[in-house]
Amino acid sequence: MKSAELAVIGGGPAGLCAAVSAAKSGAKVLIIDKNKKLGGQLIKQTHMFFGSEKQYASVRGIDIPDILVNELYKYKENVEIITEAAVVGMYEDGIITVLEKEENYFKLAPEAVVVATGAYEKALSFPNNDLPGIYGAGAVQTLMNVHGVKPGNKVLMVGAGNIGLIVSYQLMQAGVEVKAILDAASKIGGYLVHASKIRRMGVPILTSHTVKEAIGKDFLEKAVICEVDERFNPIDGTERVFDVDVMCISVGLAPLNELLAMRGCEMKYIPKLSGIVPVRNENYETTVENLFAAGDAAGVEEASAAMVEGYLAGLCAAAKIGYMPKDFSDRKNDYVNQLKNLRSGPAGKHISEGIKQIIGR
Amino acid sequence: MRIEEHPILKFNKGRKITFTFNGQIMDGYEGETIAAALHANDVKVLGKSLFKHRPRGFYCAVGNCSSCLMTVDGAANVKTCVTDLEEGMTVQTQEGKGVIL
Amino acid sequence: MFEKTGIPNAEMVMEKFPSIERINQGAVAVVECYKEIPCNPCQTACKFDAIKVGEDINSIPEVCFENCTGCAVCLSKCPGLAIMIVDGSKCSDKAEVKIPYEFLPLPAEGQIVKGLNREGRHITDVKVLKVLNPKSFDRTPIVTIEVDRKFLYEIRNIKAEV
Repeated sequence: MKSAELAVIGGGPAGLCAAVSAAKSGAKVLIIDKNKKLGGQLIKQTHMFFGSEKQYASVRGIDIPDILVNELYKYKENVEIITEAAVVGMYEDGIITVLEKEENYFKLAPEAVVVATGAYEKALSFPNNDLPGIYGAGAVQTLMNVHGVKPGNKVLMVGAGNIGLIVSYQLMQAGVEVKAILDAASKIGGYLVHASKIRRMGVPILTSHTVKEAIGKDFLEKAVICEVDERFNPIDGTERVFDVDVMCISVGLAPLNELLAMRGCEMKYIPKLSGIVPVRNENYETTVENLFAAGDAAGVEEASAAMVEGYLAGLCAAAKIGYMPKDFSDRKNDYVNQLKNLRSGPAGKHISEGIKQIIGR
Repeated sequence: MRIEEHPILKFNKGRKITFTFNGQIMDGYEGETIAAALHANDVKVLGKSLFKHRPRGFYCAVGNCSSCLMTVDGAANVKTCVTDLEEGMTVQTQEGKGVIL
Repeated sequence: MFEKTGIPNAEMVMEKFPSIERINQGAVAVVECYKEIPCNPCQTACKFDAIKVGEDINSIPEVCFENCTGCAVCLSKCPGLAIMIVDGSKCSDKAEVKIPYEFLPLPAEGQIVKGLNREGRHITDVKVLKVLNPKSFDRTPIVTIEVDRKFLYEIRNIKAEV
């Protein structure tokens, strides 16, 4: 059995910030991440982030992991990092099981845990949606931005939320043509500045459209799209065919919540937070004592919010196991205000409403 | 289909190495995943589905969806999207469940 | 309509431009940020107090055209690439426009390239006057183009052919 005071599961924006915050308070932190490199989804985000200075506005996402890891390094006596290790179980007696590099299996009994496991990409149902060449938007980002490989030559992007719009822009930067961006909704879901950037490159955005079917023998060759009505029903006679070898599915994310559910904390389905999330208090503590959640695992939002939620959860988790720094109130108020600022506009309205529904501890 | 020049990113590739895919010799770089190396060589079909034998490629690219499973150096069900390429690896498309004994 | 297409109409665009008199005095920023999103690095970047977002970081930025010197620091910092700099002081029939351009190939100074409007349509050819890509811009090069004055309110992007 390995010992640990505060385990942070997931080394993405929320996890790294939770670790920084807890280590700053003096707790001994163990970060466990299943990837080789820390940073989660940050390592693929070549664009500049929004928010304000404290959330690294104008800094490219790809540069943020180094900034956070350098912060962690200040507390290196108190921080242990294990990568290529997947947390495979969280049990009711508080034991956590880990499988490192597919061969080293060990158990942990931390005093507190912050689950920052992020989210996964939703899929879309249509005939032949399993053809090679049809990828998740995150997959395309990994291929392009991490491995330097083009996903194909002509892309149809399905989904005009922030991810669909941003990945379309990144595809063009990689020299790949984006034939069109579709969204079944009647409005563009992502930030309109992202949409404007794409439109002035000549890429059409087709709202009220969806994919009818994919065509191809061994891999994608064509996509048939059609218009939909306000009820998302396909309208006959509006079919169009695009010659594309890549279809990028970007229809939303859902929280990766298996560990939380396994552990037994109360979970609720909150559509405005994009899925099944843990019931929690304002400190991001779940209904299980000393078990916290932060980032997309607690409700799908944005990386800027994930970072601040991580800071807040880390601060409060460390405090619960006895690490109450003198500036606890100042730090907590700062994080709470940052989150309020990020969520107070129209872009954060649905998140605020979702949070009202999940606070229940 | 590798990206040679990128306006934001610099791709620091490791050593160039060779591997075989279904007997064919191919180039890749140390430190990249098997699935990425295959894709760079225009190989999109990584296997066939269990029952209907439909072509399979990768989907999530982060080790979650199991679409990219191939037989590597004789071992079945290797998640090629999160497994690093090594010099001399034999990579094969996997039909069905593969041999696990 | 804007929410459907991502393209602001002429009225919306004109509201973001200063008067033609101000444009003819010298370089000035046009901040095409039309919707409230949590974002304020333009305010943080400006050394001349020319952009204000305020306490609520969701507020749409307001430009004080008198204070603005057209230095373009905000242009390189805007995560939405929503800012352009226009300058009508150099020439009676042409205007200079600075835009962010994060693509390869970067055009060369002196090159004639396609000028695109907000729909990505080729409306005129423009001459590239300058291409700046210092480290401080963090990989957002700024391209200065010379365009016929009559396209001042339509020009928004370029396409540099391979």
